[in-house]
Amino acid sequence: MSYRWNWGIIFEQPYLSWLLQGLGVTVALSCLAWAIALPLGTLVGSLRTGPYRAIRLLCAWYVQAFRNVPLIVQMFLWFFVFPEVVPKAVGFFLKRQLPIPEFTMGCLCLALYTSARIAEIIRSGLEAAGNGPRNAALASGMTYYQAYRYVLLPMSFRLTMPPLTSEFLAIFKNSSVALTIGVLELTAQSHQVESFTFQGFEAFTAATVLYALISWACLGIAGAVNRQLSNAGGLGTEVAIK
Amino acid sequence: MIKIDGVCKWYGSHQVLTECSASIARGEVVVVCGPSGSGKSTLIKCINGLESFQRGDIVVDQESIKSPKTKIYKLRSRVGMVFQSFELYPHLTCIENITLAPQKVLKRSRDESIDRAKTLLKQVGLSAHGAKYPSQLSGGQQQRVAIARSLAMDPLVMLFDEPTSALDPEMINEVLDVMVDLARSGMTMVVVTHEMGFAQRVGTRVLFMDAGVIVEDRACSEFFDRPESDRARAFLSSIVRR
Amino acid sequence: MSSFDLSVITQNIPWLWAGMQLTILLTLLAVAGGIIVGVILALCRLSPWWALSAAAKLYVNLFRSIPLVLAVFWFYFLVPIVTGHPVGPFYSVLIAFVFFEGAYFAEIVRSGIQGVRRGQLSAALSTGLSHVQALRYVVMPQAIRNMYPVLVTRSIIIFQDTSLAFVVGLTDFLTSANIVANREGRPVEIYCFVAVVYFLLCYAAEAGLNLSKRRVAR
Repeated sequence: MSYRWNWGIIFEQPYLSWLLQGLGVTVALSCLAWAIALPLGTLVGSLRTGPYRAIRLLCAWYVQAFRNVPLIVQMFLWFFVFPEVVPKAVGFFLKRQLPIPEFTMGCLCLALYTSARIAEIIRSGLEAAGNGPRNAALASGMTYYQAYRYVLLPMSFRLTMPPLTSEFLAIFKNSSVALTIGVLELTAQSHQVESFTFQGFEAFTAATVLYALISWACLGIAGAVNRQLSNAGGLGTEVAIK
Repeated sequence: MIKIDGVCKWYGSHQVLTECSASIARGEVVVVCGPSGSGKSTLIKCINGLESFQRGDIVVDQESIKSPKTKIYKLRSRVGMVFQSFELYPHLTCIENITLAPQKVLKRSRDESIDRAKTLLKQVGLSAHGAKYPSQLSGGQQQRVAIARSLAMDPLVMLFDEPTSALDPEMINEVLDVMVDLARSGMTMVVVTHEMGFAQRVGTRVLFMDAGVIVEDRACSEFFDRPESDRARAFLSSIVRR
Repeated sequence: MSSFDLSVITQNIPWLWAGMQLTILLTLLAVAGGIIVGVILALCRLSPWWALSAAAKLYVNLFRSIPLVLAVFWFYFLVPIVTGHPVGPFYSVLIAFVFFEGAYFAEIVRSGIQGVRRGQLSAALSTGLSHVQALRYVVMPQAIRNMYPVLVTRSIIIFQDTSLAFVVGLTDFLTSANIVANREGRPVEIYCFVAVVYFLLCYAAEAGLNLSKRRVAR
């Protein structure tokens, strides 16, 4: 094994700024996609347990469609296929006029993919909360919207903090798939550093450490949120009585 | 106040309610009893529309449940319900549990709702526990909070669905005492229960149900002294033996 | 853009089928290897030796915090250096998957074993079974029953994830399709076809899993 170590390379320009830009793109892409995915997923997950059968079915298919196709294929569909099948003017806009098209389409794709997974998590939380609170809320004269808004969703979020946390971690990892449509995020930048310098160890180690730091930071945030929630009447065993 | 008229309900091909009819006047305390699976809970959940039914009608305070003009949410806000397993919202304190629906459904101010909640908590003997979460209370205390929560809506009638059957024996009386006080204050009540002592103390009428049919509908004293049907006699002797 | 032309798919079926065979082979080997690595890691984590347990924990947490694409790049770069000669994309991708998925399988196996109540082991030991017998006949059958739906779900995810081998040019199903799409200039038909194939296969696998779960529950 002959390898010339050069740890200094990752602190030299332009490689350092490549890696930092990559980190910035990864964080921006993930957070933006999460900001879309969380409300959308919550909506779809809620409608899946709602009173209308047709909408329940529709939402079930929404989830199935996004879950059963690999993310990279979805990226290709949004980036290469979608602009071709929409009306010509829209397609032209997407291909020619949209600023940073890779990032925009990658973000959209990641957001929709994640929203389907969040919908499943929210649904399982709503099911775990059970019919009792739903009946209690409706019996007090709340509309379905009020019952979900004030009672069922707050319960569901508390019950599903652990899977929501791992989904939040996953979105940072999944954002790397956007490199296949040309988004220069962290993994892509580390790969580029490797191609230019042949210092793969150093480049990939830098990326690995940065991803680990992101994970670590997310777990810290999630832990703090969770503590906050459990101070405010955490849901333990009292959900199931007897 | 409530008129139940020929209500029939099926789950698929299985009939759970057959031609149920009864009427309940203002200030009455009607005890619904019968063997488990006889349709008692289903019947009272029909009264506030938590369960639907295929045939017949129920009129609450001159409004038909089946009429498309009736706003079911409005109707529910005037009918209180207490559940077997309390169904307090675990993420809210007792005060918040009690004030949620008055604020969101009746649009009362926060201060007014809190004042009312404090009065009600005092009424059920739990003044000191307003800031606690449901998980910090015993079952009997939780059920009393649940009663206060229903009363906060100033209901015309209160429905109780086996309010003591999820409680440990030593806690049953504290809940029954609250209910007796409520009955003596003139509240109209429909109570599904096996507590025959409660029925004898404050009940005005008994509906005895078996296999989805209202078998007897009689004044309390008559029912306990001279039950007409064999089924009621068998049921009463099995209760007494316990 | 002219209308949808299915002949571009039918003409290239042999080529696409070869890609799918590689995808299936890669999935099967990755699942098998990943389970072996996962079981070893899980046993390390549950072992009484502090250092072993900590090392396994570090391994699992590290791999679970990086994206699969990065792991593929890592191993594509590392394997030739370690072995001293080029091995081609298939083996480096396979090794990447085995080590990467091993971390996920380790967590599945660990929670499967820990999900069996302690009382079960005590009960088995109290009837005179040896420790090994108790694990073999009482704990493991229950643990496997706990684990198997999650194992199958993870395998479906791996089947989808093998498409990421695209980044190092391994001619799996997606990469083959990509080559066809570029050669024929018909990305719409080809990528839609790829999506439909993945959807149907994953949907069928999940439906099969749900069916068998219901049978086990009975």
